[in-house]
Amino acid sequence: MSYGTKVLDHYENPRNVGVLDKDDPNVGTGMVGAPACGDVMRLQIRVNDDGVIEEAKFKTYGCGSAIASSSLLTEWVMGKTLEEAAKIKNTELAEELALPPVKIHCSVLAESAIKAAIKDFQDKQQDTKQ
Amino acid sequence: MHLPIYLDYAATTPVDPRVADKMMEYLAPTGKFGNPASRSHQFGWDAEAAVEEARVSVAALINADPKDIVWTSGATEADNLAIKGVAHFYQKKGKHLITSKTEHKAVLDTCRQLEREGFEVTYLDPEPNGLIDLNKLSDAIRKDTILVSLMHVNNEIGVIADIAAMGELTRSKGVLFHVDAAQSTGKVAIDVDNMQVDLISMSAHKTYGPKGIGALYVRRKPRVRIEPQMHGGGHERGMRSGTLATHQIVGMGEAFRLAKLEMAEEQTRLLALRNRFWDGLKDLEEIYINGDLEHRIAGNLNISFAFVEGESLIMALKELAVSSGSACTSASLEPSYVLRAIGRPDELAHSSIRFSFGRFTTAEEIDYVIPLIRSKINKLRELSPLWDMYKEGIDLNTIKWDSH
Repeated sequence: MSYGTKVLDHYENPRNVGVLDKDDPNVGTGMVGAPACGDVMRLQIRVNDDGVIEEAKFKTYGCGSAIASSSLLTEWVMGKTLEEAAKIKNTELAEELALPPVKIHCSVLAESAIKAAIKDFQDKQQDTKQ
Repeated sequence: MHLPIYLDYAATTPVDPRVADKMMEYLAPTGKFGNPASRSHQFGWDAEAAVEEARVSVAALINADPKDIVWTSGATEADNLAIKGVAHFYQKKGKHLITSKTEHKAVLDTCRQLEREGFEVTYLDPEPNGLIDLNKLSDAIRKDTILVSLMHVNNEIGVIADIAAMGELTRSKGVLFHVDAAQSTGKVAIDVDNMQVDLISMSAHKTYGPKGIGALYVRRKPRVRIEPQMHGGGHERGMRSGTLATHQIVGMGEAFRLAKLEMAEEQTRLLALRNRFWDGLKDLEEIYINGDLEHRIAGNLNISFAFVEGESLIMALKELAVSSGSACTSASLEPSYVLRAIGRPDELAHSSIRFSFGRFTTAEEIDYVIPLIRSKINKLRELSPLWDMYKEGIDLNTIKWDSH
């Protein structure tokens, strides 16, 4: 697979690799994909009291496009409100990275990851209120 | 040392410079460029002599009679000609064939085509070590079985089948036996008589010859009949028409002549290199060799690096030329069917890399490659959520993944 420069850049220098405390009530964790399918993404976000994502970390098992998609996603969600972050579309990620058609599913997975992380955060907030 | 380092000899080999030099003599106006079928002048006679000399060399590598060698465009065509040729000729005798799930696509897709034509095919399951159980083969043979087609050496995992035992079985049951030897010529000794084989497919470009040329051995004693698949001028005793590609044939002949001379020494050297390679990696956690290590050609090592996806590892190893069983390196998004067939879980198939070593691989290259692989594996594992979970002692099989 020959990739564009943006995928290679994110692959060689992935941004925001790491782990946040999944038990922290301000942290939402989204893990999507499956080892048998060849890709698993774990995206974590830390949300401040204003509902703004102030930190995002990821780890990804997968091909170059999967790693690049999740790395780019962490850059995009930081500083966004949950509402704004939830609106990120896989097509925008795919376009930015110039993913080849056979790799579009990697950007779909990244979109699922942010949605899952937001949902996890919101579920936790519900639990704390109750 | 040149970068990138070529460790994909199972995909193709470079043409040996000695072979290339010889091929050059059969192309230009000052060379022997004639059509070997031209019977009326020196140009044709010279070309024909060269083709026949090459035929002797190819036959010698498998201890066959040169008259039993039919030139083809490669192993794919040889597989097609052998399997379809036998099936079409003997279909009144029976319409059942046997092969295995780990064969090359040239065999599998040919069998699929025959199924569409009304033949029945049994696809044997290999054992977890990649080899076919002789008893299972024996049980699969029926009264209407006309052909067994099995490979000598597997292209992905390099395991060597016991062809002699299979040949003894098929001969005793009166069933024809075709062997795809694309990956074994020059690596494992082949003797058509000791092995009791009826048809053998061969390729030049896996054995330091040029691409675009191969051969099919078709036994004449006892006689094996095949229906031609390419019709025309009646070349190759009517079995494969088409003007012979003299320079390609000369290349294959010279490559196979050298293979016979140098095989023993070369395999010893390659085994030492492979051991050196494996010794440098084997203490890494959670890595697995795919396929039997003992019954295996010296030049192949197929390793799964758990928790690291194959394509991303290939990207990280851009100074190496290797191939992966990961879906992400194929258009189909399916991981290697060979690794699946030997029972490897999909996640290990996605994490597999095939390293294949050959004539021009050096110890210096191996020593360069080992620390490179180690550091990239560690880097990608640091990036892998699965590695984190493994380190935390979580059994990944207990997690409910959302398959997509």
